[in-house]
Amino acid sequence: MTSEQRTAAPATRVELPPEESTLDATALTSLPSGRALLEPHRIALMAVGAGIVFCAAWFLRWDWLPNYAGAIVSGVGVTLLMLASTSVLGFFLAVPLGLVQVTGPWWLSLPAQGFCTIIRGTPLLLQLWLLYYGLGSLFPQFPEIRQSFLWPYLREAWPYGVAALTLSFAAYEGEVMRGAFTGVPRGELEAARAYGMSRWKLFWRIWLPRAVHRALPTLNGETVLQLKATPLVATITVIDVYAVISKVRQVTFLTYEPLLLLALIYLILTALLVAAFRYFEKRIPTRSA
Amino acid sequence: MAADMINWSLLALEPPGWGGVLLAGLMNSIKIALGGYSLGLVLGTGGAFGKLYGGPVMRDLMEIYTTVVRAVPELVLILLLYYAGTDLLNRVSAALGYGSVDISGLAAGIFVIGVVQGAYSTEVLRGAILAVPAGQMEAARAFGMSPLMVMRRVTLPAMLPHALPGLSNLWLICTKDTALLAVVGFSELTLVTRQAAGTTKAYMLFFCAAGVLYLLLTLVSGLIIRVIEARARRGWAAR
Repeated sequence: MTSEQRTAAPATRVELPPEESTLDATALTSLPSGRALLEPHRIALMAVGAGIVFCAAWFLRWDWLPNYAGAIVSGVGVTLLMLASTSVLGFFLAVPLGLVQVTGPWWLSLPAQGFCTIIRGTPLLLQLWLLYYGLGSLFPQFPEIRQSFLWPYLREAWPYGVAALTLSFAAYEGEVMRGAFTGVPRGELEAARAYGMSRWKLFWRIWLPRAVHRALPTLNGETVLQLKATPLVATITVIDVYAVISKVRQVTFLTYEPLLLLALIYLILTALLVAAFRYFEKRIPTRSA
Repeated sequence: MAADMINWSLLALEPPGWGGVLLAGLMNSIKIALGGYSLGLVLGTGGAFGKLYGGPVMRDLMEIYTTVVRAVPELVLILLLYYAGTDLLNRVSAALGYGSVDISGLAAGIFVIGVVQGAYSTEVLRGAILAVPAGQMEAARAFGMSPLMVMRRVTLPAMLPHALPGLSNLWLICTKDTALLAVVGFSELTLVTRQAAGTTKAYMLFFCAAGVLYLLLTLVSGLIIRVIEARARRGWAAR
């Protein structure tokens, strides 16, 4: 190959979906470093902050807290369970969604594209209510469903919450996977083919691992966004931490205290999530130019 | 069989049908989205300039603002700002002797969405300003322009093409976030849809109709965004 030909070959530009460029703007993906914590103005700010926390603890009412501590902890458990299950399921759904958009026949890629457009173009709350109230009102009309082994689960709320959150995660991450599959350098795939790998082997050994590797940086942000989406399931009667706090608000008629605690809980959960991702990202070898 | 089950007359615009109610809800959603997005842009411009050029205290306060908003679910922020915000405002006005004030749902909704969007656009605009070559701002300063004039004549126009993809995505997020106001009882599209569905028991029909309306809003926005982006980039070399 002469140098002329090489420059003439079109450089495949990775088309980033717009989500990827705004992911950091809408989801916390890095923790503030504590390195310069002892600058004079920061010490003054921290003193003010400590004063505010002290006032909040002293002047606001927290006597309800011991009664609901157990419920809050189990609510956090439900939130984390929702987050983990829907992220993992959604990711497994996202891989084929991205793949068929890149290499599939039109009768697979068009529906996948349509699915991503529809899910990303409508609010998650509407999708959740469509599944819960819409499908939930259709299912009982079919005796086949009512007599199936699935019926005890379909009468509960959480399957609909899991379904809606999973589909949403799959659509957003599927779009990322599409970009990741497209962005794997063509030469690597050609090399694999030159070694005589079959299509399956090429996919499992080269294309998929490289694409997942490229998509990893977005996973952190997508997972934080997913955590921020989980409280919506409380609107269909799943008892997560948001629902527990809503219950506290109804019982005690307090305006500030439960909501402030709830915001604090989500802040901590997000911080833990980001820290965990940072820990795992360090263990994955990357080559940055 | 399925075609007979769908009662299309429920979507009629006149009162026995609910189409007019849905469209009014859509108009409310668009109003809140437009208002909240504009407020968010103002807050975001201030936030981005504060984060980049402000003093150390200003920078830290902006950092706290964006960190909290990006880490806490929008739904929780909306409840917090909606209930705590109106309560605080009432107490302040009572302390000043004005008595309790009645805050319209529209104003509260715009305020809530605006504060959330403000943090997001702070981050987008900060990144866009950093993408402008520093020499351009330095040159403007060297010509003796005041900071405000540098901002108006150089920084803002030069960063706009860099910011547009992020800002257009924030607009789409904003239109979808208005649905969360259903939880505080503001009658935007999602809430009126649920009311219509609950009254008529035609859940699938109404939720699908609302989905089509949201999708149309997204797709039409996408077309307008493409025109704006093409115009903002007309000075750029074709890629």
